[in-house]
This record gives sequence, C-alpha cells and structure tokens, in this order.
Amino acid sequence: MVKITFIEANGNEITIDAEEGNSLMQAAVANGIKGIVAECGGSMMCATCHVYVDGADFGKLPEREEAEDEMLDSTACQRKETSRLSCQIKISTGLEGIRVHLPTSQY
Amino acid sequence: MIDGPVVIVGTGQAGFQTAASLRLEGFGGKISMLGDEPGLPYQRPPLSKAFFREGNAERLLFRNRDFFEKNNINFRERCPVRAIDRQKKQVVLDDAATMPYQHLVLATGTRNRNLPIGGTDLKNVMALRTLEDANRIRETARAGQRVVMIGGGFIGLELAGVLNEFGCQVTVIEAESRPMARSVSERISSYFVELHSRNGIAIHCNSMVSRIFGNDRAEGVELADGREIGADLVFICAGVVPNSEIGSEAGLETSNGILVDEMLLTNDPDISAIGDCASFVHRGSGRLVRLESVQNAADQAKCVAKRLAGDPSPYDAVPWFWSDQGGKKLQIAGLTGHAGQLICRGDEENDKLTVFAFENDRFVGVETVGMAANYVVARKILETGRDLTLSDFENSDFDLREVLKKTG
Repeated sequence: MVKITFIEANGNEITIDAEEGNSLMQAAVANGIKGIVAECGGSMMCATCHVYVDGADFGKLPEREEAEDEMLDSTACQRKETSRLSCQIKISTGLEGIRVHLPTSQY
Repeated sequence: MIDGPVVIVGTGQAGFQTAASLRLEGFGGKISMLGDEPGLPYQRPPLSKAFFREGNAERLLFRNRDFFEKNNINFRERCPVRAIDRQKKQVVLDDAATMPYQHLVLATGTRNRNLPIGGTDLKNVMALRTLEDANRIRETARAGQRVVMIGGGFIGLELAGVLNEFGCQVTVIEAESRPMARSVSERISSYFVELHSRNGIAIHCNSMVSRIFGNDRAEGVELADGREIGADLVFICAGVVPNSEIGSEAGLETSNGILVDEMLLTNDPDISAIGDCASFVHRGSGRLVRLESVQNAADQAKCVAKRLAGDPSPYDAVPWFWSDQGGKKLQIAGLTGHAGQLICRGDEENDKLTVFAFENDRFVGVETVGMAANYVVARKILETGRDLTLSDFENSDFDLREVLKKTG
C-alpha cells in the first residue's frame, strides 16, 4: 500500500492507502474521493479525473504521454504546469506520500 | 422540483449517474435504483477491452458499497421491474411487490440482438453484454482457438482485437460492405481493417452467416454463399435492441427506443427515459437518434438530475464516443454518420488520422486516431454551438485551433 494525500479545493485533506498497480484515479474512486469523477473509466476521453500534483512531488511522476497532454486542454478547471489526468498515473512505491490537489470542479 | 421518491430502473451508467448526480445537486428525497444483475453497478466499456486481459472486476465498479450507504441510495441488485402502474404511480417488482414513485427514470439500456439463424443455442456460442458474459469468455477462451465473430461493429472488433492479441485465430464476418459502417466514415473503417489484417485477423465483408453448425457444440459457421468457416468459439456481436417494452406496455410512446422530448421526458410528465434505451431529437441535426454511449448516458442522467433538483434545462450535450482496437484509440466528437463531405488529414503510416465531417457544408464533427487534440478542440467547437462551414476549415488549413481562433 502507498499513502497518497488528496487536498480538496476547500483545503480539507484526505489520506488514503492506495494499492500498487492501480491508477491514482482508481484508488481515489475506490476510496470515495469526491473530487474525482472519472466518467470514462480511465480511457482518456473525458478529462474528469484532473488533478494538480503538488509541486514538490510532480517530478516523481513519469512524464505525460502526448495524448494525455492533449486531453488536459479540455479540463473544466484551468490547466496548470502540474496538471495530470489521474487515470494515467500508476501507483508505485516511488509515489509514497505524494500530495495531490483537487480542482474545484470536473465538469 | 420534487421531494418525493425517485425510482430509477436500471443500474448501468445512466442509472448510476442519475442517483449520484441527484445527491450532488442536493436532492434530499428517497432514491431507489433497481437493477436485474447481481453485484454493484459497474462500467461496461472495459468488458470488451482491458477486462479481458486483467480480469479485475473491482476496477469496473463505479463506486464501492459505502458510497450508496453514505449517500442514502437504496440500491437493489437482482431486482427486475415487471411493470409500471402509471395510475398508481408505482412500479411492480418480480415478487408482485410494488414501489411508489413521484418521478420514475427509465435507464433500462439494451440487450443483444438475436440472430434468426440456426445454431445460436449451441454450447460454445457466446455474446457479450454483462460482467457474467465477460467472465465466461475469459474462462472459455484459450490461445490457439479459432474464433468466429458474427458482426464487425465496435464490440465485435474490440473483442476480435483482444482475442487475437491473446493468441486466438480470429475471423470477423460482417454483413455490410465495411465494418462499423453505421458508426464511422469509410476512411476510418478502412484504417481499422488494415490494422486488424496486419495483426492477423481475417475480415470478410458483404457476408451473411446462414447458420452455425455443430451438434452439441458449434463447429463453425456457414455463409450464405455456401462457404464454411470452422470455429472453436462463435460470438454473436450483431448489435442491440433497446429495452423499451416496459415503457410501451405502460402506454409510453416508443420509436426505436422510449421516445422523450428535449427535457428527456416521456409522454408521461412523471417519467423520464435516458441512455441507451431512449430516443430523442439531437439538437444539432434535428434527427431522432438513440445513442449507445457513456457520454450520452452520463450527460442525460445529469440533465434529469438537475431538472428533478429544480434546475431544468433542455438536453443539448455534444456526443462523443471512443473505441480501443488493436492498440489504437478511435475518438469521435459529434454525430458524423450522415456526413456527406469528409476531409481527411494526418499521417496514416504513423497511425495519425483525422476525418473532418461536414453535412450540407456544415461542420458536424471529427473522427480521429492518434490526434487527441483534434478530438478535444472539435468538442469545444461543437459545444460553442457555432455554425462553421467547410470554408472556415479550408481557410485555416484544417488546424482546429486556428479555426477556433479565427471564428471566435
């Protein structure tokens, strides 16, 4: 299990134990994180699992693929430098303790 | 706005989203979700895609059991609804028990079309719709088997792709002149035919299966021209029919699905119908359509939930679709099926392809592989509701961002 902290738009923090091998989106959904919608179920079609990875942790993630980069242009809340689609982030021990900020809306 | 009980028939994408969105919109009344299948509501699209490889049913769940408890949603599995009593405003369940509603949402989905040919009841003839079907396929399929897929639509080709990758020898039999003919342009069909053929899948178009032969188990299929193709497994992927009987038997109007107006209401103002089972007039084209997609199910559910929570507006979301086949993703924005003018751009050899679709000179959408930005921007353009013509695109050399800028 890997500890991940989600920070809701209102500042509320929720820390979950995420299973390795799942995506960050799947871990969020399984743990009832409200700010992740994930309408398309991780198919990179809807951009409703958008997160802002904490600046200090962003570098721990493998780089985005081109398609994710393009999909990030359709998020409901503005894209930032540390924007990711959480369905494309695979949980590994290297991500222990990372902090992930949720946007105010996914629609 | 209502406060009484909302009953949702169907627990697929549309049914689940209705319940979830009602709570998100602050609806405080009782919500019941009734589904035929065992288990928690789950996503169907992965069944013909990643699920075959992974077999992880937990990943399919929309939400875990806690979610339904915390949100006070009365979710009932294995609970088929037999009838609607519109006078008494209640639904009749399997055991003749009844459940009252102030508003009823029909999200009954579709079922697989049966083929009027012999042999469909043989043991190793399968179809894919439910998690149970998908589990059965995973348990049955073995590398090296000969598989015949009757029907080359999205699901037939997706399944053909995963079974081929798994090591089966797959043949697809398609009645039309090209696969996915109902859903995509000729250029996209031919791209995927080529891709699948390269991967070793045989695709026969303009071919009808006249029977499945075998004794206890299917041994192959016979085509209308007399050809026989041997098989260890036969799949029927010949499309679906809407589950609209529960509506028509209660006197609701139907037309290839349960007919709804722009608010997604049936001819009974206390009953809405959404998702794969509902026919509605698509605002952009004025056509009566019934869409089988995640987008349509989820967006119609949200539209109904908002209305019931006191914030009504007509349904006008832009349709989008996807399909994963042979390692490539097809992305579609808009309804492109009736487009008369198709302009193609990209670099097909490097698996980058976009078809821009126009109907009577008006831009109606894109179909794209490997060019996600075109899908994203096309959706944005369609969402603005702007009427763009072919010349707007020609003047911008089909660079959608340019089109958006110049016409903005």
